[in-house]
Amino acid sequence: MRENRSIFANLDWISILIYFILVFLGWISIYSAVYNEEHNRITDLSQEYGRQLVFIGGSFVLIVLILFTDGRLFEKLAWPVYGISLLVLAGVLVAGTTVSGARSWYQFGGFSLQPSEFMKFATALALSKLLSGDGRENRTGARKKMPNKALIALVILLPVAFILPQPDLGSALVYTAFLFPLHREGMPAWVIFSLMWAGALFLLSLLIDSTWLMGGMTAVALGALWFFRKERGSWLVLGVIWVLSLGVALSVDYAFNNLLEDRHRNRINILIGKAEDPTGIGYNTNQSMIAIGSGGFAGKGFLQGTQTKFDFVPEQSTDFIFCTIGEEFGFLGSLLVVLLFSTLLVRLILLAERQRSSFGRIYGYCVASVLFLHFAVNIAMTIGLAPVIGIPLPFFSYGGSSLWGFTLLFFIFIRLDAYRMQIL
Amino acid sequence: MKRSTLLFGLIGTTALLFLIRLFYLQIIDDSYKLNADSNAIRKLKLYAPRGTIYDREGRVMVANKPAYDLLAIPNQVETFDTLKLCTLVGIEPRELRQKLRDARAYSRFKPSPIVQQMNQVDYARLGEQLYAFKGFYIQKRTLRRYPEGGAANVVGFVGEVTDAYIQKNPEYDRGDLHGVTGIEKSYEKALRGIKGTRYVLVDVHNREKGSFRNGLYDTTAVPGVDLVATIDLELQRYAEELMRNKRGSIVAIEPSTGEIILLVSSPTFDPNLLVGRARSANYNALERDSFAKPLYDRALLAEYPPGSPFKLINALVGLQLGVMDTLKTYTCHHGFHAGSLHVACHCGTSYPLRLIPGIAKSCNNFFCSTFRDIINSRPTSREGMNTWSEHVKSFGLGQFLDNDLPTGRKGFVPDADYYNKAFGYTQWKAVSTISLGIGQGELLLTPLQMANVAATIANRGYFYTPHIVRSAGDTAIARFSKPRRTLVDPKHFEPVVEGMHQVFEAGTARGSRIESIPMCGKTGTAENPHGQDHSIFIAFAPKDEPKIAISIIVENGYWGSRWAAPIASLLMERYLHDSISRPELEKRMMEGDLSQEYLQNADRRLVRKKPGAEP
Repeated sequence: MRENRSIFANLDWISILIYFILVFLGWISIYSAVYNEEHNRITDLSQEYGRQLVFIGGSFVLIVLILFTDGRLFEKLAWPVYGISLLVLAGVLVAGTTVSGARSWYQFGGFSLQPSEFMKFATALALSKLLSGDGRENRTGARKKMPNKALIALVILLPVAFILPQPDLGSALVYTAFLFPLHREGMPAWVIFSLMWAGALFLLSLLIDSTWLMGGMTAVALGALWFFRKERGSWLVLGVIWVLSLGVALSVDYAFNNLLEDRHRNRINILIGKAEDPTGIGYNTNQSMIAIGSGGFAGKGFLQGTQTKFDFVPEQSTDFIFCTIGEEFGFLGSLLVVLLFSTLLVRLILLAERQRSSFGRIYGYCVASVLFLHFAVNIAMTIGLAPVIGIPLPFFSYGGSSLWGFTLLFFIFIRLDAYRMQIL
Repeated sequence: MKRSTLLFGLIGTTALLFLIRLFYLQIIDDSYKLNADSNAIRKLKLYAPRGTIYDREGRVMVANKPAYDLLAIPNQVETFDTLKLCTLVGIEPRELRQKLRDARAYSRFKPSPIVQQMNQVDYARLGEQLYAFKGFYIQKRTLRRYPEGGAANVVGFVGEVTDAYIQKNPEYDRGDLHGVTGIEKSYEKALRGIKGTRYVLVDVHNREKGSFRNGLYDTTAVPGVDLVATIDLELQRYAEELMRNKRGSIVAIEPSTGEIILLVSSPTFDPNLLVGRARSANYNALERDSFAKPLYDRALLAEYPPGSPFKLINALVGLQLGVMDTLKTYTCHHGFHAGSLHVACHCGTSYPLRLIPGIAKSCNNFFCSTFRDIINSRPTSREGMNTWSEHVKSFGLGQFLDNDLPTGRKGFVPDADYYNKAFGYTQWKAVSTISLGIGQGELLLTPLQMANVAATIANRGYFYTPHIVRSAGDTAIARFSKPRRTLVDPKHFEPVVEGMHQVFEAGTARGSRIESIPMCGKTGTAENPHGQDHSIFIAFAPKDEPKIAISIIVENGYWGSRWAAPIASLLMERYLHDSISRPELEKRMMEGDLSQEYLQNADRRLVRKKPGAEP
């Protein structure tokens, strides 16, 4: 079925509406976070909310450009975009400006650009292109043979390799999101589960003395062996898991003490409760929880927040923007934001599943996964469920690069979705 | 299982986890709310300016003046021209650096004082340049100001509250000022006003960000109440000048009200010394001056044997008890003799003396005899002594007067119990305590009590509690408006007053007589163990409808008519006529210098302390 009706008729207005609500709530929060009576003109460019307004205007331009671009073009341009983005990303290590310890920015006069924010959509495009069959038109919709696993790993890990040395652990961590589209396209779930298991083991081995942990794991393995004694070959599987787990536990000690930087080590220590120090390194999390907790059920009201407005919460307009919602709009506001994000994510997956092309489907999964990881890690961090990992809340946080990066990522999919009807 | 299940499951789990956590943080757990309040809301004190103190003529005794503290917030301080700042505020670069180090050690975000109590000139000069010193701020405070100086012991001074004081008075906080002495102390509650509170929102660096709820909970500071003191500041300063280089005290009271016109303690100090940056250095210097003791208020705290002026009271008690009348005579044989006891007298008479000339001549024999008759008017000496003691105490002696002065002494009027203990037996006789008859012995009076005796006699039998403040704000101080009567009938006072008049006309103080004012007085020469006798004088004037009653003690001033009587006469003339008709007497009094006496006393004490010094 071919339809030549206006592109706007095929747009998924639910997702777009949520996008606009989130951007609007984000801007309101930024306005509230940096509001002061001397600069109350919303277009004041010396203030973050003034500049964010410019960035929002910029994203509208991007949106229009994307919507009027031929949907096929994105698939065609996937590799060039990836290549150029990678070059720009690599370049930042050489020509970038250092802001608070990380060399992540290009500085052009008063304007700065963070290439890692744009690398996400570029990687999503390239990965979708790669998984969907390396340039061949998918006319039949039939399952293609999975391409070379090493190549997939390379596409995902290459950006990570350039981001880690900046150093920007948070942005690098986002690339684990691409495991979800891989899983959708056939990667067995145990890969993700074993990574989660490794993560859990990682935390456990930090919390518990390694001797006890290994003893405990051995006991569990022996118990499981007795339970599955009737199954053929169970001892082999369990033995492998046991050996690997011991290996993880042992290597965590080494990695934690020798590979991680102090700031990460400290943040993890705070998270697992090993270091109680409200005014020291745990300051961010503590202040953030005070801000959110003091919001109560209905919040203190717009512009009435004291914690966020007076800089008690650091990075209040970027990484900790959720605090403003929590403080000024209380549990109701937080509930709304969490529900909006969850709805958007679920909607995106549903949209991805209805794509006719595997490129569109994979790209949809990439978008949903990247947004999910940001959402999960960012909010978990502000409410003290995860260590302080500096990644922005999509559409919310202050910053042109991140807003434009997410807008590109999101609207390319919206465009692909609108275009799906034109694919036989 | 569909491949989308994993991501759906994770999204659902995450959202649920978040909502549970948010519900806990925002609704169940209250501790975060409390934390937020102490995080962002600061309670600021608004200092209330202390009340102004005026004298009885409306002259300003104590006022406020602005002072300026230079504060620094260390983390906002940027590189600056150290030398320039030092020149502007007048401190050494070394001191400035030390202060900044201390400030940094205290807090990097809170202001610490760098230079305190700058005057207006320094402030004006610094204010223009302050933009060049980032992180430095100026905070205004109020200090006390004494525009005319003088009366330092009367108004007192203020100081920062001590921790011990705060424990007893929890309404004070560290850094608050309170009255330490004088009116500042006794009228602290009125003068201090009411502190205001301002709730402000502060940011993480303790910077003010505006008022909390538009000042809904703020209270303004209520300035302290203005006081009108009873002191005549001009007369006080004149009296202080007359007392220059002399130790002692002058107290003058308005008999018809009990208002204290003069409260001089000499040596005194300039109250302006205890204000501003040099306060602690000056205070230490005054405090450590154990020779002159300028901080010691002799007018209220020193207790002296009253000497001859006390003869007036004995005469009054004698008349009241009927042991004598105005016609009864005693003949002096160079003193009072009873057995082996001998009290010398220099009245120079050898003819029978009646009461009035007895007072005028200050005959020791006359009053020793009167005292003996008083004691013997009762069946036993003990009853006689108690009767005498009771009558004497009705003049406000031997007790606190319950006045509004911050400090005081009771003085001492002995009674029978005292002598029972002192002698160790109860069968003592009048003659054993005969020195009470002439105001010596165990008797002790403060200068204030002596002035009150003068006022009581001037009133012919009653007094108003002497007080130092006439009104606070719009309300007069009412509690001193009730007269207190003595046990002596008013009719007995006339002959005594006449005797006091004769002291000026023909008696011991005739040298201080002045034609235009009928004065009444009584000289005294009090023996004391510290060198020369004290020069004592009590007086009031005019004789009828007295306006001023006065007591003067000049320590080691030999005899009453030498210093005390002329000074009293000058003060009464100045008070009643606003002018001085005897400039040469005034000059002699002002230039009189007894410091040699005090040095000798000090020498004698030192010698006594070293017994091995004499060969």
